Amino acid sequence: MSEIPKDLRYTRSHEWIMTMPDGTLTVGITDHAQELLGDLVFIELPKVGEKLAAGKECAVVESVKAASDVYAPVSGTIAEVNANLAERPETVNKGAYRDGWLFRIKPERPEELGSLLDAAAYKSLVEAEDH
Amino acid sequence: MGYKTPLYDTHVKMGAKIVDFGGWDMPLHYGSQIEEHHKVRQDAGMFDVSHMNVVDIKGAYVRPFLGLLMANSVAKLQTPGKAMYTCMLNAKGGVIDDLIVYYMNEQWFRLVMNASTRTKDLAWLDTTSREMGGVSIAPRPDLAIIAVQGPNAREKIYQALGEGMRSETEKLKPFNATSIGELFIATTGYTGEDGFELILPGKAAPYSWQGLAEAGVAPIGLGARDTLRLEAGMNLYGHDMDETTTPLESGLAWTVGWEPASRNFVGREVLERQRTEGVARKLVGLVLEDKGVLRDHQKVICSSVGEGQITSGSFSPTLGKAIALARVPAAVAVGSRCEVEGQRRRLAARVVRYPFVRNGKSCLE
Repeated sequence: MSEIPKDLRYTRSHEWIMTMPDGTLTVGITDHAQELLGDLVFIELPKVGEKLAAGKECAVVESVKAASDVYAPVSGTIAEVNANLAERPETVNKGAYRDGWLFRIKPERPEELGSLLDAAAYKSLVEAEDH
Repeated sequence: MGYKTPLYDTHVKMGAKIVDFGGWDMPLHYGSQIEEHHKVRQDAGMFDVSHMNVVDIKGAYVRPFLGLLMANSVAKLQTPGKAMYTCMLNAKGGVIDDLIVYYMNEQWFRLVMNASTRTKDLAWLDTTSREMGGVSIAPRPDLAIIAVQGPNAREKIYQALGEGMRSETEKLKPFNATSIGELFIATTGYTGEDGFELILPGKAAPYSWQGLAEAGVAPIGLGARDTLRLEAGMNLYGHDMDETTTPLESGLAWTVGWEPASRNFVGREVLERQRTEGVARKLVGLVLEDKGVLRDHQKVICSSVGEGQITSGSFSPTLGKAIALARVPAAVAVGSRCEVEGQRRRLAARVVRYPFVRNGKSCLE
């Protein structure tokens, strides 16, 4: 069973979201997602300053076997991206919730956060997919 | 629930991620496919390939039988243990399967064929043997195959399975085999590295695998097997060739036994025509110059010459970039540039000769 930290929020498309003290949101892909993809070899990130609508594809994670889109969990502006991933995409496999974060987004409509899944809801989603 | 090899429980115990592979429950990786890839290039790794189809052909008419069915010439096999890579063709010259033929003795040849083509292969062999007579076809599901590959493979095999093997196997040239009791040892492989393929009774497989693991041979899943064979420029059936493509269109002209001209093997007529008139399509290597990963079936655009398609695309852990085999118009030149239709945009690539990697070293110029 993959790791699903209790204090994060999740999407149905397997992103995780952490609210930072400054109000920005850190976004990555879940442990379950990295496990399904296998060894990542290439990650394409959005540009800082890019404006995104919730649900818009904004990054790509590619493993040896498959490519997967990453979607903006809420509407907002990209505040920062994890530049280390260009050289070391395997960081996501080693720590999806830590050094393997993808980007930070400054939310435009904080009320959108309410529609994200909590850990329990995401856990049932993953379990349902496994069957 | 698929078929299981005698090593299935061992794989699960060693932490393998099991996936369906042509109806078989096989290990994809034991943690990291890329680390496994490097292990084979730099040290030694082992693959369970017991899902492959071992078929023993015996009888007085084995030579004419294989002479009819195989595009390569079994006349090249004159000493016990000699091995040969060949395609088995249909009447249109299309590839039914690619396989290795081992010469055991004058009335016994052993075939190692793909797992995914098992049913049609056996039907093809059975039909022809009934028409010809004088041969028996015996699949050997009782046997397991462990491929041990890498620069340190031989030493670690001797350490694990006994120094007694050394004298028998040390001087074996590539594509040769020998038997020691029930153990059949061949200097064949699918990685471009030194090593052996061991064919042994299924019952003995878990014990031998365990011994190899204790000697420091890493278990390697089918994920790394695919990137290793692609770097080595080796075709994969169903991807780089199938019943709609001939060996000449698949980079396998070298495997056709043209001599003697009197040997009328199945598919020869079409191959002879292609040999005279030339082929419209051929297989080339591609190296991606942009960031990304090449994938099977992506369209390849070779400006002014035409379009082709990727037959095997992946990421090369040794080179650190995406590589592919692609079927393109015959006029496409090595060294030329092309574009690949990626998911989001066109990617720049270069046409190269393959293999991409041999004995751990890049072959790119």
